[in-house]
Formats: sequence, C-alpha cells, structure tokens
Amino acid sequence: MNSLNFLKSNKQNFYYFLYLGLFLFSISIIDVAINAFLKINITSFLPGILSIFLPLILGFVGLNFIRTEYSGIKSLDIINKNINTNNFNAILTLLIIFAIIKATPPSLSWMIFDANISGDTKEACTGTGACWTYVKVWFRRFMYGMYPNDLHWRINLAFILVIALGFFGFFLKDNLKKYLALYYVIIYPIIAFLVIYYLISGGAFGLVWVETGAWGGLSLTFIVSFFCLIFCFPLGMVLALGRRSNLPMIRYISIGYIEFWRGVPLITVLFMSSVMFPMFLPEDFFMDKLVRVIIAITLFEGAYCAEVIRGGLQALPRGQYDAAKSLGMGYWKMHIFVILPQALKLVIPGICNTFLALVKDTPLIFVVGLAELAGMLALAKTNPKWLGFAMEGYIFAAIIFWIICYAMSKYSYNLEAKYKTER
Amino acid sequence: MSEPIIKIENVNKWFGDFQVLKDINLDVSAKQKIVVCGPSGSGKSTLIRCINRLEEHQKGTIIVDGTELSENTKNIEQVRAEVGMVFQQFNLFPHLSILDNCTLAPIWVKKMPKKDAQELAMKQLEQVQIADQANKFPGQLSGGQQQRSAIARALCMQPKIMLFDEPTSALDPEMIKEVLDAMVNLAKGGMTMIVVTHEMGFAKEVADEVIFMDEGMIVEKAETKEFFANPKSDRTKLFLSQIL
Repeated sequence: MNSLNFLKSNKQNFYYFLYLGLFLFSISIIDVAINAFLKINITSFLPGILSIFLPLILGFVGLNFIRTEYSGIKSLDIINKNINTNNFNAILTLLIIFAIIKATPPSLSWMIFDANISGDTKEACTGTGACWTYVKVWFRRFMYGMYPNDLHWRINLAFILVIALGFFGFFLKDNLKKYLALYYVIIYPIIAFLVIYYLISGGAFGLVWVETGAWGGLSLTFIVSFFCLIFCFPLGMVLALGRRSNLPMIRYISIGYIEFWRGVPLITVLFMSSVMFPMFLPEDFFMDKLVRVIIAITLFEGAYCAEVIRGGLQALPRGQYDAAKSLGMGYWKMHIFVILPQALKLVIPGICNTFLALVKDTPLIFVVGLAELAGMLALAKTNPKWLGFAMEGYIFAAIIFWIICYAMSKYSYNLEAKYKTER
Repeated sequence: MSEPIIKIENVNKWFGDFQVLKDINLDVSAKQKIVVCGPSGSGKSTLIRCINRLEEHQKGTIIVDGTELSENTKNIEQVRAEVGMVFQQFNLFPHLSILDNCTLAPIWVKKMPKKDAQELAMKQLEQVQIADQANKFPGQLSGGQQQRSAIARALCMQPKIMLFDEPTSALDPEMIKEVLDAMVNLAKGGMTMIVVTHEMGFAKEVADEVIFMDEGMIVEKAETKEFFANPKSDRTKLFLSQIL
C-alpha cells in the first residue's frame, strides 16, 4: 500500500484533498440522482460498462481522498468513523446511497404523484399509482368496523372520556396523591370498563345495544390494547414477585404459570378462548367473545411482563434488600417503597418492548372473528367492488401502527429520562 | 451486671456444608461497645448479620432485648426496628433524597407523622454534619457523606443497638476519619454498638471489649487494653502484628 501513499493527504495538502474528494463524491451522487429523477444519463458518451460504474468509481476515489485518521472537523470525523472506515465500507456506503436515490422516484410517484384520491368508486382510480380513494371510502370502516355509522359519536365520546379520566390523576390534590397508584391500578380500569361498556355497547340509558361482533377497526385495536396493557402489567408484577417468593407453593405456581403461557402460541390461546373455553362453562353462563379475548391476551402477555420485571428485580443489589430489612420493613413495605420503584425504572425499555409487541399482536384476534384494523383490511380487500387494493390498505395500516408504536416508544424514552437516578 | 441486651448462645451456622459460625457465645450489655475483628472469611460479618436476622442461624439461640429470633416474622420485624445497621456499601436508596431515605422507615414502620419524622431526620443529619445535603440524592454525595447519611438513616429509627459492618472499608482514606468521628460521637452518646472493623485506632479509643474471630470461632475476647497489651493466643498475636 506504500505505493498508493501519494494518493493520501498529509498536513500540507489536506484541504486540497478534502475539497477534491468532496467534489468527486458530489459528482457521483449528482450523476445517480439525475439518472434516477430525470432519466438522463449524462455519461452516455462513455462505453457501456464504464458509464454504469463511473459514479461508483468517482465516489470511491472521493471517499478515499476524504478518509483521514483524525481531522478535527467534527462532521468529517463522524463520517469517517461511521461510514468510511475502509475501502469496503466506502463501497457499501455508496451502494446504499445509490439504492436509496434510485428507489425514491418510483415510490414517490406511486405514493403521491401518480396516485388518486378523488371519487367514490374504483373507477375513479385511473392513474398508475396508488388508489387512496379506496382508503378514503373505507376509512370509517377501518376506524369503527361494522359499528353503525350514525352511532360513531358514542365510540368517540367513550375514548375522549377514557383519555380524560387517564389525565385526571395528574390533577389530584397533593393530599390525595398517595392514592394515585390505587387509582390507576384499580379504580381507573373499572371506570374505563364501565364507560366503554355502557357507551359503546349500549343497552342502557336509552342507548341502542350494539353487539361486540360489530365492533372493529382501529377503535377495537385501541380497546383491546388498552385493557390488555393495564391488566397485564399488575399481573406481571404479582407473578414476578411470586417467582422470587420464599414460599415454595407460590413460587412453583408462578413458575408453572409463566412457563405455560410462554410456551403456547398466542393464536392457539385465542382459538381456545373462543372455541374450547365455552365448553367448560355451564350452559346458561355467557361471557362475551371480546371479554374472553381480552382475558386471554392479558394472561398471555402477563407472563412476558413477569419475566421482564423479574429481570429488573434481579438487577438490584442485595444491599438494597438488606438495608430495607434492617430498617424493620416487612415484605410489602420493602417492595413497595424500595425495591419496585427502582426495579420498575430499570425495566421501562423491556416493558415498552412487551407492550409494543402486544399492540402489534392484536390483529391475531381475527382468528376468533373480531376484525380490528388489520382484520378490516383483510375483509375490505376481498370486497368484490374493491378487489386489488390490498397494497394501499396495508401501507395505510402500517403507517397507523407505526405512529402508535413510535408514540409509545417516545413516551417510554421520556419516562426513562424523567425517572433517571444516579447510582 | 444487669441482664444483657443481646444474648447469643451456642450459635451455629452453615452455608451448605461449610460451617461459618461454630458455637458462638456472646453477651452484650446495654451501652457496651464491642469491636469485632479478624481475617476475612472468619464469620464476623455473618455473626452481626445474624443479630438482626439478615442471616438465619441454624442452631442455638439469639435473644435481642428480650425477643428471641425465630421463624416468627413479627418478632424479626420488631427486633429489626430496634437494631440499626450500617453497611460496608452504604446501601442508601438511590431513588430517594437523603431526607426521604431517613424518613421512609420512621413514617411507614413506626407510623410517625411526616412532620415529626422530618424534624427527627434533620436532627440526626445535623449530628453527622450533613444537614445541608438533605435534599440531594445519594448519587450526588461522596462516599464519606453517603456513609454518614446511612448512619443518620439508621439512627432515625431510634434504635437501642447499632451494628456496623465494616463501615469504612469501602471509603477513600481521606473520608474514613469523618465517618469514624461520627461513630465516636455516637459512642460517647451512650449507644450500644457492635462494630466489625479493621480500624484499630477506633477500637482503642471507643471499645470496651475486643473480640477476635477466626474460622467461625471466637478466638479471643478481652477488654480493649488487655487485648492490645498482651493477647493470649498465637493467632491473635500474628493478626495484630500484621495489622498494627
């Protein structure tokens, strides 16, 4: 490699190499971009092979010129350290950049420039791009499922109430603050359940009864996720503590429970809940399908939560237990005031992970005939009037799920930052 | 002499097959200060951890202030509320401020009103001279300050007995003195203390009796002056020659 040393910059000609390298690199990018966006090949006068590889060669030489051990220029050092460490990485970097540039124009034209959104029928979609008309026409179905159109206000109102009640805890007076945990763990779920039951289900207060089979779309995703989240967390906490208990009975029950639910696929659990479970019940006993599904998912995800929380409990040094005990605290006081506040803080990323997985598992309730967002898509794409638009629907669902999950993970980062403690 | 406040009789303890404590007998009377020393692995930490039942003993009896330590959880919690303990690694609760560390147990274990608990905590923090750090978190303090906070936290339970498990071993040499000063003050105040330490200067200044342990047994137990002036067993002599 010594023979190539004249191609490397040194202190005297560093800026000369830097500008030359950046120039070559930009030319290679511009060449590919012009090719991709304007469909003009500015190097067509060159022989075939060379014309194709020219941007790669130019970019490679350019990156080679830029590469230095340490320059003191911050952005340059970041580039060199991360995407330009050696020749191989430089080529990979270039190929990825080219691939992104090449892929941008077709996806943009499909999604936006050649897409249709006007009209109410399939015939309105005349362009070569996406048919957003489909999503527009089906929007209400995707949001509310088969719920009667003129009753959608009930779902909206119920959600607004539930969210408002969720924020209620922040406005409690200081002397009531100690009941905050009690409120969120016990009272809030009950109130939320009643609100959703009476408003969305109806059947009382002069509201028309709507059976849960008609519920669906994104609102059902929210309902299932919401109840599973708030119930599986306390369940996981109890199981995690149980698994570390000194009492063999409790410990073995917890271990058995966790290993059982972690060992079976969610889809079979859901199937059992709707098909097998009613067989074991007395005949006049009826439990709604949706309630059974929520219980099934809660029991299932509770086992995962338990293991995540146990990880946090195990991460605490034994000294914390010793100190709490030496001050005369019993099992519950020790866990409530000393152990859990620290352990739960540690498991925020893991819990967030489990919750995200839970939200994205909700489409599985399709197997028992409940159609939430993804389920509604599956129904809509088989509608004879709207055949052939599965792609648009799934992209729409992907965007919605991504927004929900990204919001959740952002919130978990906030919580992490808020409760950060130094050791 | 009055009835001893801690009575340890024929206590044996095993970790698996390994016997850590062998027939330990020890009486401690109120206001007595005892220093326990010995090589590492000799069972001295285990012994004082048995006194507030952080470790279980398998044979023998331990009676603390008239309460026998057994499986009975109520008894254990009662004893622990009366016996304060300071650890080598401080073990402050990192998610609570120093003041909250001190008030947590009085409020929830002793059911003390919050205001009284805070007053008491500030008084104890004053005693160990870190009242000005009360609202900081443990992670923001130096090792010496943390250990003094830990002492204050234990004192907030107004214990009759204080146990110290190598309180200065995890500290920088510069910070040892401030912690020892706090302990000397406490001793002068008339607290019953059992201290596991290698600080022989502290032992000479404060202790009424020094106990030397090795291989799970009490090898020598003597009044402080006697212990340092003419130790009886060869093992003690060897230990002292190395440590002094």
